[in-house]
Amino acid sequence: MKTVLTVLRKDLLLELRGLETLPAMILFAIVTFVIFHFGLNRDTIDGQLAAGVLTVTLLFAAMLGINRLFVAEREQGGFDAFLLAPVDRSALLVAKATALFLFLVVLEVIAVPAFGLLLLGPSLGPALAGLIAVLALGDVALAVIGTLVSAIAVQTRARDLIGPIIGLPLLLPALIGMARGAGPLLVAHGSSGPPGKWVAILALYDVVFALLSYAVFDFLLED
Amino acid sequence: MTTYGRGLRGLSLAAAATMTVALVLTFFYAPLDANQGFIQKIFYIHVPLAITALCGFVFGGVLGAVYLRTGDRKWDIRSYVAIHMALIFGIGTLLTGTIWAKASWGHWWVWSDPTLTSFLIVMLLFATYQPLRFSIEDPERQSRYASVFAVVAGAFVPLNFIAVRAAQAYVHPRVLTLTGGNLPGSMRLTFLVALAGVALLYVTLWKYEMAAKSTRMQVRALRRALLGEDSVVPLKRSAAPS
Amino acid sequence: MSLLAVAPALPLHTAGKYVAGAYIVFLAIVLIYVGIMASRLSRTERELIELRRDVEAQRSAQDSEPEREPVA
Repeated sequence: MKTVLTVLRKDLLLELRGLETLPAMILFAIVTFVIFHFGLNRDTIDGQLAAGVLTVTLLFAAMLGINRLFVAEREQGGFDAFLLAPVDRSALLVAKATALFLFLVVLEVIAVPAFGLLLLGPSLGPALAGLIAVLALGDVALAVIGTLVSAIAVQTRARDLIGPIIGLPLLLPALIGMARGAGPLLVAHGSSGPPGKWVAILALYDVVFALLSYAVFDFLLED
Repeated sequence: MTTYGRGLRGLSLAAAATMTVALVLTFFYAPLDANQGFIQKIFYIHVPLAITALCGFVFGGVLGAVYLRTGDRKWDIRSYVAIHMALIFGIGTLLTGTIWAKASWGHWWVWSDPTLTSFLIVMLLFATYQPLRFSIEDPERQSRYASVFAVVAGAFVPLNFIAVRAAQAYVHPRVLTLTGGNLPGSMRLTFLVALAGVALLYVTLWKYEMAAKSTRMQVRALRRALLGEDSVVPLKRSAAPS
Repeated sequence: MSLLAVAPALPLHTAGKYVAGAYIVFLAIVLIYVGIMASRLSRTERELIELRRDVEAQRSAQDSEPEREPVA
């Protein structure tokens, strides 16, 4: 546990001081909303279309963060240092996934209101609680799979390419869950709670892949 | 040292015989479907291919897990061949599936069939397996990372089907797949024989591929032993670098 | 798209084309694989022949050497 907190603190401090990844993710999301406005030729969107646009935008912004997740470790010998330390190796997974999760939360704190302002037709207020639940579950999926895929990709030659092509199909069930879960919420006078079916699928996905990633992560770190 | 060629002849004969019986049953025994008529006959090749491919992917995941457990490279190669074969059977599934879609619905692709969509997603994922392998040069690391991928992707297969099935509203009747429960007896028999035939074909081809790879590695090892390390030309793109 | 509205099957000779197509695709895949294996087999055969030739070349080179005495 201490290891996790230490590594997490390191990553958060690095990001706070450097401020590279997070602003890029946020900017990317907002620009994407603008692109969607022009691409769809719509002033406002609602319902399932809005949920889809939001999910896709968050996904691609997340990809930016995922690509960068282990780069510092790879280039500055962080992996070796970690392996030498007498700590549980899976702690690296937990720490990195938590860091990525927190980045996604910060991203959403800015991007979702921006979405509400720029593109969303119905007001965001009533939908917010349900939306937070769906996005939170989705973020866990993005964080877990993102960390796993990033750890795999950082050791290959085609680093930036391998990450997304492996990660996107793996994430599809979670993305379906996020988009379909949020769809009924983003309608004027829509329901205030997300459909139970999708929450259940997201939760199942999160549990299965968190456990699985925890089980296999050790093998990625061996030298 | 496992010899993969042993028993291969008997296995391939069994596969050929079963496939022949399946074809005979398909065209001479199974009754015509009330809804789709003759087109439904595609079902007897498409669905066995699909089931075998999916099982092949899961099988590849299991073999990868064994490699991670034991560290013996032969399990990694077995995993690679299992996934490779499953990919080929998967391409067959997608092609026969689109032909069936065109014949039934008039379109080459339909989103409304959840099984076909799930299958596409699985194929997209496993299509990354070879690029991943070949972008890692160190042989031991390549095996390890490939096995991790195989395990995660193998676990992904059932989850993906659950999610996509949930996403397609039950408004659309599932045309392209008949659930095993509703099949009348004669159709079910034909289907089971076809499934057995395709499964035997998969195992035969897996063994065949393993035998070919094993032979090649033996030749290289022999050359290395007899003539020294330098006389062996390094392999460029190989899932079993040696 | 409701299936129930599209119930009637295509006439047999058109339907036969699709069914034949599907089975031909399957057969083609198997035969393409056989072809690929055939070329790999011939490559292995070539490698073995080369290996044999190289080993014999090395053997004959070694045979001609023992005629020289080691310098005391």
